[in-house]
This record gives sequence, C-alpha cells and structure tokens, in this order.
Amino acid sequence: MQMKRVVIAGVVVLAASALAVANPNPAGGTISGKVTYEGTPKKMKPIDMSKEPSCAKMYATPPTGESVVTGPGNVLQDVVVYISAGAPDDAAPSSAAVFTQKGCRYIPHVLAFQVNQELKIVNEDQTSHNIHPMPKLNREWNKSQPPGTPPISEKYDKAEFIPVKCNVHPWMHGNFAVLKNSHYAVTGESGSFTLPNLPPGKYTVTAWQEEYGDQSQEVTISGGETKTVTFVFKAKPY
Amino acid sequence: MGKFFAVVLVIIAVASAYPIVMHQFPLPQDISTHGHLIDDQLNETMVEAGISFVGAQLVLAFFLWSFTGRKPGSALKNFPGGARVLVIFAFVIVGLEVLALGVMGQKAWANVYFSAPSADALQVQVQAEQFAFYFRYPGPDGKFGQIHPEKIDEGSQNYFGLDPENDVPARDDIVSGELVVPVNREVHLMMHGKDVGHSFYVRELRLQQDFVPGLDLSLHFTATKIGKYEIVCTQLCGLGHYNMKAYLNVMSQGDYDNWLKQQSQ
Amino acid sequence: MSETSAQQAHVHAPPEGFIRKHVFSLDHKVIGKQYYALALVSVVTGMFLSWLMRIHLVWPNAKIPGLELLSKVGAPGGVMTPEYYLSLLTMHGTLMVFFVLTNAPFAAFGNYFLPIQIGAEDMAFPRFNMMSFWTTFAAWVVLMLAFVIPDGPPIAGWTEYAPLSAIGKDAGPGMAWGASLWGISIAIFCIASLLGSLNFIATTLDLRAKGMTLMRMPLCTWAWFITSCISLLAFAVLLPACILLILDRHAGTSFYIPAGLVASDRLQPHSGGSPLLWQHLFWFFGHPEVYIAILPSMGIVSHILINSMRKPLLSAKVVIYSMMSIGFLSYMVWGHHMFVSGMNPMSALAFSFPTLTITIPATILTLIWLGSLYGANIQINSASLFALGFISMFVAGGVSGFFLAQPSIDIYLHATYFVVGHFHMVMGVASLFGVFAGTYFWFPKMTGRMMNEGLGKLHFWITFIGTYCIFMPFHYLGLIGNVRRYQSFVDDYMTPYLGVHKFMTIAALITGAGQLIFLFNLIYSRFKGQPAPENPWNATSLEWSIPSPPPWNNFGGKHPIVYHDPFQYGVKGSKGDFVMQDSPEQVPASGN
Repeated sequence: MQMKRVVIAGVVVLAASALAVANPNPAGGTISGKVTYEGTPKKMKPIDMSKEPSCAKMYATPPTGESVVTGPGNVLQDVVVYISAGAPDDAAPSSAAVFTQKGCRYIPHVLAFQVNQELKIVNEDQTSHNIHPMPKLNREWNKSQPPGTPPISEKYDKAEFIPVKCNVHPWMHGNFAVLKNSHYAVTGESGSFTLPNLPPGKYTVTAWQEEYGDQSQEVTISGGETKTVTFVFKAKPY
Repeated sequence: MGKFFAVVLVIIAVASAYPIVMHQFPLPQDISTHGHLIDDQLNETMVEAGISFVGAQLVLAFFLWSFTGRKPGSALKNFPGGARVLVIFAFVIVGLEVLALGVMGQKAWANVYFSAPSADALQVQVQAEQFAFYFRYPGPDGKFGQIHPEKIDEGSQNYFGLDPENDVPARDDIVSGELVVPVNREVHLMMHGKDVGHSFYVRELRLQQDFVPGLDLSLHFTATKIGKYEIVCTQLCGLGHYNMKAYLNVMSQGDYDNWLKQQSQ
Repeated sequence: MSETSAQQAHVHAPPEGFIRKHVFSLDHKVIGKQYYALALVSVVTGMFLSWLMRIHLVWPNAKIPGLELLSKVGAPGGVMTPEYYLSLLTMHGTLMVFFVLTNAPFAAFGNYFLPIQIGAEDMAFPRFNMMSFWTTFAAWVVLMLAFVIPDGPPIAGWTEYAPLSAIGKDAGPGMAWGASLWGISIAIFCIASLLGSLNFIATTLDLRAKGMTLMRMPLCTWAWFITSCISLLAFAVLLPACILLILDRHAGTSFYIPAGLVASDRLQPHSGGSPLLWQHLFWFFGHPEVYIAILPSMGIVSHILINSMRKPLLSAKVVIYSMMSIGFLSYMVWGHHMFVSGMNPMSALAFSFPTLTITIPATILTLIWLGSLYGANIQINSASLFALGFISMFVAGGVSGFFLAQPSIDIYLHATYFVVGHFHMVMGVASLFGVFAGTYFWFPKMTGRMMNEGLGKLHFWITFIGTYCIFMPFHYLGLIGNVRRYQSFVDDYMTPYLGVHKFMTIAALITGAGQLIFLFNLIYSRFKGQPAPENPWNATSLEWSIPSPPPWNNFGGKHPIVYHDPFQYGVKGSKGDFVMQDSPEQVPASGN
C-alpha cells in the first residue's frame, strides 16, 4: 500500500514538472502591490489661476494642487514604482511619451518614460507656455510654445527624476521620471501598480513620490509567480 | 513747396490734437482718493502742452508760408525784439509754468508718498515673482509668518517659502492670487520682490511702484469703488512680463469678510 | 597759444596703399565715413527689427516667413516666441541708441567736418581716431554675435536693469551669454567713445586756424564740442557700470544683487548688492546720452537753417549758451527715470526741478529757430526740409517730456507707451532728421556729387508724415495706460485699442519702405550723381572753401586764415548774399 502512494505521488510530481517544463509561463514573474500612506497628509490647496482667465474659465471649481494626491483607502497616486536594480537597461521604445499642457496644468502630473525615448510636449491652451524642466544630470533647457505651434520634441540621455515647471505660470508643476528599463508603473486612483514580464532574478523595487522621496524593497522572482509588495509612506501634515 | 509744408503742418497739428480734444483716449475711471490730484495735474499739463505744440506748429507753418518762395531781392527782416524778447519770454513764461506745475505737483506726490499709512490700515503683503503676483494676508492671528527663500516650493504653492511646521504665525496666513480688499478701507501694501525687478501698476488707482529686491517698499491706498481692476507688471522682468498680472478685487465689507472666512477654511 | 606751431605739429604724410587709404586710415574724413557706414548698417538692422516687433504685436501667433532662418529657437515654425520679441527689442534699442544715434550725428559728421570747419588738417590724435572707429566696430561685432549664439540675444531691454541682467542664466533665455556679450560690447563702446571725445576736445581747443576764435566756430562745431565734453563724463561712468555687471555675472560679485533671491527655483548665491546702484550708474550715463544724441543734430540743423534762410540766427551766442546749459543740466536730471524706482521720494522733487528747468534752454532754442525764420528768405531743398522738419519734431517730442518731468504724473505714465512715444519722437525722429539734413547738405562735399533732389524731397514727405503717423498714437495709448515692453496684449483692457496698434504697424512699414528711397539715392548718387561744385549751397563755413571731395590734407597744405564768423548771410558779398569765413573782404557794418 505504501508503495502505491509513493508511485502516485511520483507520477503527480512528474506530471507537474512535465507540465512546468512543457509550458513555462511566457510572461515571467510579476511584482504588484499598492502604495499607501499613514498619518495625515497635507491638504492640497485650490490653485488660483486668476492671472490667466483663459485657463481659469475652464474649471467650474478651481483644481487643487497635485504634489500629494491621495485615493480612497489611504492610497497614494502619482507614485512611480520601478525596478532600480537587477534588470538590464532596455532600448527606448519608438513611441513618444506625451506631456500635455491643458487648462494650465500638466497632464499627466508625473510622466514616466525611458532614457532616449522621445518626449513630446503639446500645448492645448490658448496661452503661451514656457516649459522648463530642471534636471541636475541632464542638459537644462526651457522652450516657449505659443498656442497653435507644433509639439516640442526632446529626449534625455540620463536616468533622473526631473521636476518640471512652467516659466509663465508659477503654479504649473509636473515631473519627468526618466528610467533605464521598461519595468515601471505610475499609480493611479487605486494606488496599485503591476510590473509584469520579469525574468527570474533578484530585483530592487523602488517607489518614488515627489514630496516623500523614495523607498526600496528587495524582491526575488524565481519563475512565473506574482509577488506582492506594499509601500507605506509617512505623510506629513505640512 | 514751402506753402505745401505749411499746409501739412496745420493738418498735422489739428490731427494730432483731435483725439485729445475729442476725448477719444480718456483716462480710465479714478477709484482712488488721491487720483483726482494727478488727473487735474495731467489735464492742466495737457492744456499747456497742447497750446505749446499746436502753437509752435502753427507759427512754423505761418513763417514757412510767408517766408519761402519769396521774390528774389526781398528784404530780410528780423523778429521784432530779436533774441532778447524770446529769451525773456522763455524764462518768464516757461519759468512760471514750470514753477507752477512743480509746486502744484508736490501735493499729488506728497499724498502718495509723504503720508504714512494709518495705524488701522489693512495689512497685505504682495510678492512679485516671475511671472505672477501673490498676496498674503496675516490671517486671524494678525501676524505674518516668516519668509524663508530656501523653502519656496511653487509646485505645492508655497510661494512665500512659509514654514508652517515650525513657524506658528505662518499657519493661518492666507495666500491668494487676487488682491481682495474692502471698499473705502485703507490698505497698506507691503512689497517684496522675489527674483528680479517688477512693478505694481493699477491704472484706476493712479498708483505705480517698482519692487526692488532687497528693499522693503510699501504703498498705501484706499479704493473707492467696487469692481475688478487689473494689476499689471510694468518693469521688464523676463519672458513672461507681458502675462504678469493679477486682479484687484474691491468688494463690499460684507463680501470681503465672507471671502476672508472662506480662505481660512 | 601758438596756433601755427600746433598746426604744424600735425602735418603728416599722404596715405599710401589701399589699406592705409581706405581701411586703417588715419584720415578723419575716411574715419567719419566709416562711422557713417556703421551707423547706416545699424539703422537698417534696427529698423528691420522694429518691423518684426510691430508685426508681432499686431499678429502675435502669425507665422512670419523666413523668421525661422533668423532663429530656430526664437521662432519655431516662424512663430515668434515671447522671449525672442524681447531679444529683438533689446537689440533694437541697443543698436539704435549706441550705434546709430551716437555714431551718426556725432562721430560720423563730427569726425568728418570738425577739423575742416576749424581749419585744421586732421584731428589732434589721428591714431586715436582710427582706434576709436575700429574699437567701435569691435563693439558692434561683439553685440551682433548675440544673434548667432544658441541662447540668443539678451531679453532685458537696452537698459538691462539688475538683478535681471546680473544673476545670469536663471533669469531667463538669452540672459546667459547674450547678456554678457551685451555688457562686453557696451564696455568696448565706452572705451571707443572716450577716445573719440578726447580727440574732439583736444582738436577744438588746440587746432583752430588763425582767426578762428571759439565764437567764430560754426554752431555744429560748437555742438560737437559740447557733446564731446558731456560724452567724456557720461561714458566714463557707463564703463565701470558695465564692468561691475560683468563681474556680477561671472566673478561671483554682488554689486547689484541682494541676498535671498530665488529665480528658476534656485536660491541665488549673492548678497549685499543693490539693484538701484545699476539704475543710478546707468541713468547717470543714460540721460546725458540722450543729449549726446540730440545736441549734434541741433547744431547741424542750426548750421543748415542759417544757410537755407540766407540770414543768421537771431543770436548765435544765445544758441551756444543754451546748448551749454542743456549739457550742464543734463547731469542733474537722471533721477527722473527713477521716480517710482523706490528711491527716497524727496529725491523725486530734487530731480524734477532741473528736469523742468531744462525746458527753458530747449524753449529758447526753439524760439530762436522759429524767430529767425521771420523775415528770412527760406530756400527749400532736401536738407532744409529736414532741418525745418526737425523743429516740428523737436517740439512734438519735447512737449511730452513736460508730462514725464512731473513725478506725480509720472506715477501714471511711467513705463507706458507715452514714454516710448516721447523718446522715439525726440531721438528716433528729431535726431535722425538732423542726420538726414546733414547727409543731404554735406553729401556733395563728401563725394563730389549731388544727391537727387526729387528723391530727397519724396523721402522727406514720406518720412515726415509717416513718423507723425507712427509715433503720435504712442502718446494716446500711453494716456490710457498701455504698458510698454509687452510682446502682445492678452488682456481685455487692451482689446479696444488693438486697431491703433495696427495703424501704427502699417504706418511703420510704409515709412520704413520709404527709407529705401534714401538708400537708393545715397548709393546711386555716389556713382551717378551730378558733379558737385565746391560750394553748391553758397555757404560760408570753411568746408565750402575746399574742393568736393576734399584732398587728403583738407586745405592742400595751406593754413586758412579766418576773418569772419560763419553767419555772414544777407550781406553784399563779392560772391553773392554771403561772405565766406576765409574771405578777407570787409563786410558792411551791420554784419560781423
């Protein structure tokens, strides 16, 4: 009787291995999770656009600042989660990352893209903007974009988090996350992120929020599994 | 051609004076307490300048008409009295005019600059930066928080560089993109320049004053009419100079109190 | 003082070879023409820039064909960016004030005619003179380089106020190397001007011919002499001001920059400086500078009027003393540019009184010109048209100064189009009319050919009527509070007045096109004009006693002897109704 159990167990193991070998998960492993905060984040103030009536009139109620954007369930939006170590650099995709000036705001507030990937800046407003990214490693430039002029095309050759301001409208603020590989996500309203297609290896996952800085965790992927990671930032009331 | 020149001069003199005489470019309404002194001065100067300008053009025209294309051999004449009469005229007439305007002008100037703001004037601070004006009210505690230039963070709308975490009076400071004031109440506007030179100009208030980084300058005024008026920057400050403005929003006392309460929430 | 030995000390050999004759020439006449050519290139460039500005103001988002070739960054797709407008504005002002209005009426005509009019063979220091021109040219090259550097020309206006001009690239586009090139160019220009002024003063005091007392000098010579005195002091202040600016920008000093400034989100690493210091130094130069721009034209116009009227002015002495008082008073008024600058308000009154007082000599001059026309026998030609037009323009531009001289009115009018209208009329038009008048008058002497009279008159009418059409409306716009140095008007407040801007732009384009007539006339006449006699205008001063064009040593090795002042018109002379300065004939008692 003992022998029969062993044989059945062995067949099951063989079958499972056979299945695993014959059908390796083609997408690789996944790191997913949520970014949350604890404590009381500072209150975002409504933006006073009265100096630019052409933009102010686009809003029924003034929009609020975006340096700390929260979501239901104490989650944080606009957090860039990316693989900062353990993955090789990737070539830039051919599609452009688009950064739009609309309603005198930058959309999206945080734009993540890769080194040497084309950055396309569009002005959809009736007013001139002068976009001024402020990098420390990359070349600094600023460009005026009168209304109706074609998009600006630029790229960055070094990985860096770059604050972006508009020289004409002081409240306009955004961020570029220029990253080395294609494994990144920016949290949305649910505060969640997914980094799929990760080959087996030891990875450092980093979460970056413009006010709170960054946090990292080590995750090992061995096959096609999904590993869950949670980041918790300490919110500051001021 | 001398006579043609004379005719052209007359046309030019009349055409130049026409828009002024016909009030085609009227001064904007005056909503200040001292503005009428400036307006009176301006109007008086306009009359004198107008007479001088039109007079000179007409005299030039008359002389050109009379003394060009003369028959050869016509006698030369000298202006009666010669240079002496003209020099005396210049000294006396212009001198008197100059003195009058100078003395008269003192009153308007003194009204703006030589009087101190009253003790119960509404205290507001204005910061001029590339390329917007931001206004700060002290809030319920009546005290302004400290400005820390290194803490300025426009992305989170901390335009003044306040430090509410450590600086208690800064916590209730109200920062606004509009200068909201109650009507008929004196306002003491303290001016702070953040980066380069700017200037504060409200046409209807007949007020203009440069911001000088490093200097504590201030203005005081009383707005006498409810409404929204432009505050524009008049000191070239960079590429966005043309788009650097804010609104002076003069409200009734009740509306102003409501606005203040709303801002404090 | 022995005039003869001073004269003989300056005898030099005739120039040989192309380079010595036409390039690195020691001859004041060649140098005068070189200054004129530089001014001509600058004024055409400056005018072109003003067309671009005016077009942009009326059609801000239009694609201007070809503009992208001038600057890919400044006009992507041919649409001018806000900062490029300011770059053009800055270069327009800088070129016009320094390289046109200081060069043309003063350096160009003064260099050419001052030595001749006092009977000298050349300037006191011919080598300094050559250096002055080539240093000015070097300054021009440095300035124009700002157009070709990637970041473009500076955007802080020709007045380059600190801290905008001093903190460097964080202040905005063009404020990195563009502003530095500006500072270096102007500093070089100052050195050139100082050399030139020294030369003029030494020449006037030392090299006058026998019998050429100071009171027998033509009025334009007086104007050049007074201007060079003003210029010496004024440029001597601008030079260190520019050096301090360059140091603040590159050596980490803080002459003009206080502590705690945050620009481009960066705390500026300076402290202890004063932005007002720049304004004081700049305007201490800047106000005399505008008189440097107008006085020579006043002199030229006086000189030409006397000739055209065929009678002297009512009193040359009064004119000379008036010009001197203007020169003297010009140093006491600089603060009227700073009434709302944050200076102690008491100072406004201190500056306002001399500013209003300058009206007196200016009025005296105008009344003398006008009064002298009475009973005259005015000859109309291109030169006299511009001289007479100068009187009209000087009054038009001067009366607006009346408003701006009063601090209380200046509260409202400062930095509006009223100011822009004022200085364009006095400097941009009146002063330029003096240059035009001088060109038409002296072209025959300088080239040996007459300019075309018909074209000259046409040029005058287009310019006279055109400039009134352009610049009068500036004053009206100022009265309603149209702010200056805006690249476009985006506020509802200005919407009703955009039509006036359109009118001004069209007038500017037409008037500008009219200047092509002048350019054509200059170039055509230089080669194909009628040969000019020695004295086509029956004039009295010494330049008309020598061949057209003059030989290299002006008087052919002879030293003229002067018997009369240059105002001997309306008298029974051997050649007509005039007696030349070097003619030994006696003039009937009523003259002299």
